[in-house]
Amino acid sequence: MAVAHSLIANRRLWTFHGGIHIPDEKSLSNGAPIAPIALPSRLVVPLQQHIGAPARVIVAVGERVLKGQMIAEPTGLVSAPVHAPSSGTLVAIESHPIPHPSGLMAPCAIIETDGEDAWAELPPPMTDYPQLDPELIRERIRWAGVVGMGGASFPTSVKLSPGTDRHIHTLIINGAECEPYISCDDRLMRERSGHIFEGVRIMHHLLGVKQVLIGIEDNKPEAIEEMRLALAETDMHTYTEIVPIPTLYPSGGEKQLIRILTGKEVPTKGIPAQVGIVCQNVGTAAAVADAVLEGRPLVSRVVTVTGRAIANPRNLEVPIGTPASDLIAHCGGYRETPRKLVCGGPMMGFALRDADTPITKATNCVLALTPEESPAPGPALACIRCGRCAQACPANLLPQQMYWHARAKDLDRVQDYNLFDCIECGCCAQVCPSHIPLVQYYRYAKTEIWSREQEKRKSEQARARHAAKQARLERQEQERQAKLRKQKEALAAKAKAQAKPETAAKQQASAASPTETANDS
Amino acid sequence: MLTAILAIAALAVLFGLMLGYSAIRFHVEGDPIADQIDSLLPQTQCGQCGHPGCRPYAEAVARGDDDINKCAPGGEATILAMADLLGREPVALDAEEKLPAVAFIDPERCIGCTLCLQNCPVDAIVGAAKQLHGILSKECTGCELCLPPCPVNCISMVPVTEEISGWRWPFPSTPLKETAKSQPERAAA
Ligand code: SF4
Ligand code: SF4
Ligand code: SF4
Ligand code: SF4
Repeated sequence: MAVAHSLIANRRLWTFHGGIHIPDEKSLSNGAPIAPIALPSRLVVPLQQHIGAPARVIVAVGERVLKGQMIAEPTGLVSAPVHAPSSGTLVAIESHPIPHPSGLMAPCAIIETDGEDAWAELPPPMTDYPQLDPELIRERIRWAGVVGMGGASFPTSVKLSPGTDRHIHTLIINGAECEPYISCDDRLMRERSGHIFEGVRIMHHLLGVKQVLIGIEDNKPEAIEEMRLALAETDMHTYTEIVPIPTLYPSGGEKQLIRILTGKEVPTKGIPAQVGIVCQNVGTAAAVADAVLEGRPLVSRVVTVTGRAIANPRNLEVPIGTPASDLIAHCGGYRETPRKLVCGGPMMGFALRDADTPITKATNCVLALTPEESPAPGPALACIRCGRCAQACPANLLPQQMYWHARAKDLDRVQDYNLFDCIECGCCAQVCPSHIPLVQYYRYAKTEIWSREQEKRKSEQARARHAAKQARLERQEQERQAKLRKQKEALAAKAKAQAKPETAAKQQASAASPTETANDS
Repeated sequence: MLTAILAIAALAVLFGLMLGYSAIRFHVEGDPIADQIDSLLPQTQCGQCGHPGCRPYAEAVARGDDDINKCAPGGEATILAMADLLGREPVALDAEEKLPAVAFIDPERCIGCTLCLQNCPVDAIVGAAKQLHGILSKECTGCELCLPPCPVNCISMVPVTEEISGWRWPFPSTPLKETAKSQPERAAA
C-alpha cells in the first residue's frame, strides 16, 4: 500500500485540451450492488456485436443449444464469435432491430430458453498461462468472443497482438467512466476488483509491457480505494499503478486518457499502438479473466439501468440478447413516462426506438430520461463565431469550421479539418450558445463520406464487370469473324479444288492455248 | 555563389528534361476529361441518359454534346459533382430519381431462354439454355435492361433493403427551424 501511495504522489498528470464539467448523476445508480436478472424466455442475439466481419452461424435452426456454446464463428481476422447466452432451442435466424442509431434490423439468432441455464462443456482453465504459448492464450480470448466493452467493441484478441514491429511499453486500463449516469464500471471495480486484476495480469503477460496504468476519475473514491486494496494483495504493484484523475468529461476517451496519464499525443488518424500504448476497459479485463482462467465465453455483461424516469435505477448482470424492456421492468418500470430512451450515456448514446431491442456486448447503459432531465433544446440560431466550441473540443479540432463545411455539404473541405478525429463527445454542442446541433452535422458528414466510398467501390466493380463483358463480346465477335473468314477460305479452297480438275480437263482439251495456262498458274 | 547558381540552373534543366521526357514517355491515351466524368457516373449502364452506357455519356458530355443532367441513377449528387468538375452551373435533373432496386427472377416462371442474360451489361445473371436463371444481387446495378426481353415477364425489380453498413445519419434540418436536437433518428424514420 505504502509503495503504491508514494508512486501516486509522484505521478505527474497532464491535461488534454478542452473538456467540460457536467453533473455526473452517478449516485442515481451506483448505490446498489450488481444484481442478476431473471432469465428471459426469449433471447435475441445479434450476429454482429463487434467491429469487423459478421459471424457465420454454425448451428441449425431447431437445434438445442447450451449456455456458452458457440453459435456463430468469426469470419475473418478482425471478427468475433457469438455464443448462446443460455440453454434452449435456436428457433430462428431472422432480422430484428438491434441497438444502432439507424434503428434498422440486422440478422439475429433467436433462442427460446428452457430455464435450465445448462452450460456447454467448456475448454479447460488456463491457470498455468504464464507457461503457455501466448498465441494459445490469444486464441482462447478470440474463441471467447471478448470485445472492447467500453463501447467500441473492437475484438480484444486483435488489440492484444500488436505485432512484433511495434514496441508496446504501457498498458492503460480505462476505469474513467467519464460519461454521466453510467456506473457499471464503477460497480465492477468495487465488486470484482480481484477479477479485473487477473485480467490485467494476463494482458500484461501477453503484451510484455513495462507498466500498467489504471485511470479512474476521482468522482469514484470507493472504486479507487477498493482497487488499491486489491492491488496491494497482489504482486502486481511493482508495475501497476492506480491513478486517480480529475473528473472532466471526456477523460475516458482513449486519446484523452492517454494524454492525461502519459502526456503522449496519439497522431491524427492514428492508433495508440503507434505511441507504444494499448488501452483496455476494466470490463474487458474481467472478460479476459473469465475466458482464460475459467474457459467461459462472453455471454453476459453489466448494464446500468438509470435515469430519473426509472423507478429503481441500478446495475444488472444481463445475459446478452435480453430485451431492454426486461431490464426496465426489473428495475421497477417507469416512474414517469420518459421523454427519451437512450442506449449508452446522455452525451454519446443514441435513442432507442424500440424497448425490445436486445442488450449486446457493447451496451453499457439503458437510460430513460424525464422531460426535466433532457428538456427539448431551444431552436438553433445562427453561429455567432464565438469560438467556444473550439475551446471545449478535447480533440483539438475546429468545430465551427467543420460545421460550416458540413452544412454546405462540402465533404472534402470538412475532412481537411480532421473530421475523423472527432470522437462525437458532444462538448462543442453542449457549450454552443446558439444551440446548433453540431455533432449531428459531423455524424451526417462521416456517414455520408463512408456511404459514398461504398457506392464508389460498387460502381468501380460495375465498371470493371461491364468492361469485361464488352471485352468478351468483342473477342467473341472477332472469333466469329475469324471463323467466318476461315469458312469462306475453306469454301473458296474447295471451290478451287473442284475447279482444278475442270481446268485440268480444259487444259488437256485445249493444250494449245498458252494464255489460259498462264492465267491458271 | 556562381557555383550555387550554376548548380541550381543545372538542376532546373535536368528536372525540366525529366518532366518533358516523362510527359512523352508516360503519355496516357484517351480523353482525361471523359475519364474523370466517367468516374463520377454510377456505372449502372442503364442507358436512361440516351447513350449506350455510362462511358459513351461521359464522352458526349466531354465533347459538349450533351447536358450534365441526364443521368437518373446518379441523381442530384452526380450533377453537382459534374458541375463542380466542369465548372458549370448545376441544373435540375432531367429525369425522375428512383430508389435503388435490384432485379429478381421468379423461379417458378423462368423458362431458361437466356434472353435476359444476354442483355445484362454487368453479367449479373447466371444461367444456361433451358435452365433456371438467377441474379447475383450484389452485382446487379438495377439498370432494368433485363426486363423487356423476358418473354414471360418473370423479372421484377425489388427495392434494396437499407443495410446498416451503408446507413447515413440524416442531414440536420435547417438550423433556424431546428427543434428536436437530440432526436434526429426519429426525424429520419
Ligand atoms: S460555439 Fe456555436 S456559435 Fe460559437 S462558434 Fe461554435 S458553433 Fe458558432
Ligand atoms: S464532438 Fe467532435 S468536434 Fe465536438 S467537441 Fe467533441 S471531438 Fe470536438
Ligand atoms: S443514365 Fe447514368 S447510369 Fe445510366 S447509362 Fe447513363 S450515365 Fe450510366
Ligand atoms: S440483372 Fe437486370 S437489372 Fe440487374 S444489372 Fe443485369 S440487366 Fe440490369
